[in-house]
Amino acid sequence: MSTSATAVLARTEARLFLREPGTVLLAMLLPTVLLLGLGAVPALREPAPVFGGQTFLTIFTPSLLGWSLAFLALQTMPAGLVTYREKGILRRLSITPVRPAVVLQVQLALNVATAVLGMALMVVVAVVVFGVEPPRHPLAFAVTFVIGTASMFALGLLVAALSPRAKAAAGWGTLGLLVTQFFGGLYLPKFLLPEIVIRVGEFVPPGIGAFQSAWTGDGAAPVQLAVLAGVAVVATVAAVRFFRWE
Amino acid sequence: MPVIEVDHLRKTYGDHVAVADVSFDVEEGEIVGILGANGAGKTTTVECIEGLRSPDGGSISVLGLDPQRDRAALRRVLGVQLQAGELPERLRVAEAVELFAAFYDDPADPKQLIDRWGLGPKRDTAFRDLSGGQRQRLSIVLALVGRPRVAILDELTTGLDPQARRDAWAAIEQIRDEGVSVLLVTHIMEEAERLCDRVAVFDAGRVIALDSPAGLVAGFAGGQRLHFRPSAPIDDSVLQLLPEVDSVVRRGTAMEVGGRGELLTAVTSALARHGIVPTCLRVEQARLDDVVVALTARTPENV
Repeated sequence: MSTSATAVLARTEARLFLREPGTVLLAMLLPTVLLLGLGAVPALREPAPVFGGQTFLTIFTPSLLGWSLAFLALQTMPAGLVTYREKGILRRLSITPVRPAVVLQVQLALNVATAVLGMALMVVVAVVVFGVEPPRHPLAFAVTFVIGTASMFALGLLVAALSPRAKAAAGWGTLGLLVTQFFGGLYLPKFLLPEIVIRVGEFVPPGIGAFQSAWTGDGAAPVQLAVLAGVAVVATVAAVRFFRWE
Repeated sequence: MPVIEVDHLRKTYGDHVAVADVSFDVEEGEIVGILGANGAGKTTTVECIEGLRSPDGGSISVLGLDPQRDRAALRRVLGVQLQAGELPERLRVAEAVELFAAFYDDPADPKQLIDRWGLGPKRDTAFRDLSGGQRQRLSIVLALVGRPRVAILDELTTGLDPQARRDAWAAIEQIRDEGVSVLLVTHIMEEAERLCDRVAVFDAGRVIALDSPAGLVAGFAGGQRLHFRPSAPIDDSVLQLLPEVDSVVRRGTAMEVGGRGELLTAVTSALARHGIVPTCLRVEQARLDDVVVALTARTPENV
């Protein structure tokens, strides 16, 4: 199989991806749109003692980071892969010179790229439009970004591996989306959550607590990052172990 | 040298024996059909040849390649049309063919192939908007776009209307004339009679007959029937003694002789030796499906 086969496959999959504009917009733009909506409320742009002297936007923005990741990693990607398996597309590809693993890699890359774009857009809007401080610890932020993304997509692959049907994948994906976003403080900002939820939430992918530390806090959160990296490795190994091409 | 050789293939799933003992081959430039009821082991056999399943016993060689050991090399020379294979809903016809063409080193021209299979007006149509027959033709195009030396087509014309079916047959004959060897799984006897040089009849995981369609019919007891009125009285034993004759029945002055092989020649020359002319002579041939039904009904599993 030549590199051009991979290139044509990537181009074709990208086209198909863009033919579902609803998904792309919801996954990529929703956090930014929410941020714009919240930022339009003047009170949320004022520093307040209840937020440790910071603005609501500053402490809430990291929670929004998880949305694109969770949506693409836990819903779009597994549903896509399981549908491909269910419809016999992976099987069809397995009797051509292209390995079906390439399809998986292409889908993974597309979804990761979209998530990265969505997160980058939101960070830029937060910083440029609303004057939220840029991440204080850029290196720690980058490392957190990589590990957090890896942990979410590893869970997504596990969902794809364990779901016999697209409907099951959608169900597990939605559950994962709800749980990770709850612990990430998207529904209720963290200062409203009980202590125990916050503590547990620090270790729930994609590690919003670690994003917060790197963005507005004291830097990297090594214990949390180690746990998230462990989740990524274990979930990936399990996904590889249980994934079926047909 | 045969392009496909299957030798004592066996495949079981737990207690269920899907393929008990299957041997056959496909010669270069030949179209070989696989016939048989559902569950006879046809698809499992074909999937073993494609390398999708690993045999439990026996051996398979495709162009000298072992489908399990030499998977990568096999996929470059083998074109496969699967019985039930879908594509992404929003993928368009031309995109699908161009995508699959990119997988091969020396593919056919996608546009030409699309036109040849009558999909030209549909080239920008999404897969989900294609009719069953159009999907079927697209799946054949995808099987052929890599210019395979061997093509395996599973239920080639299922879902095609009669005209499209005839067009598909003509197209398959054309690719055979270009040197492609074809293994064809089919339920349609007319298709086997029209296209196949030889057919393998599968039953309960075994090949119970392997011959040309004409040979199967000719070799089948009672496969041919002669109806005639002898110009003079004749004793039944004159005909019954012929090796080609299986049965002699009188219906008034008319006679009905059932048999096989060169039945017509044997009977007319025996009559001639006795100075008798058969009048109102009519030859009735069994059709391939009669033969297949009779062959597969004979085994105890189907009683």
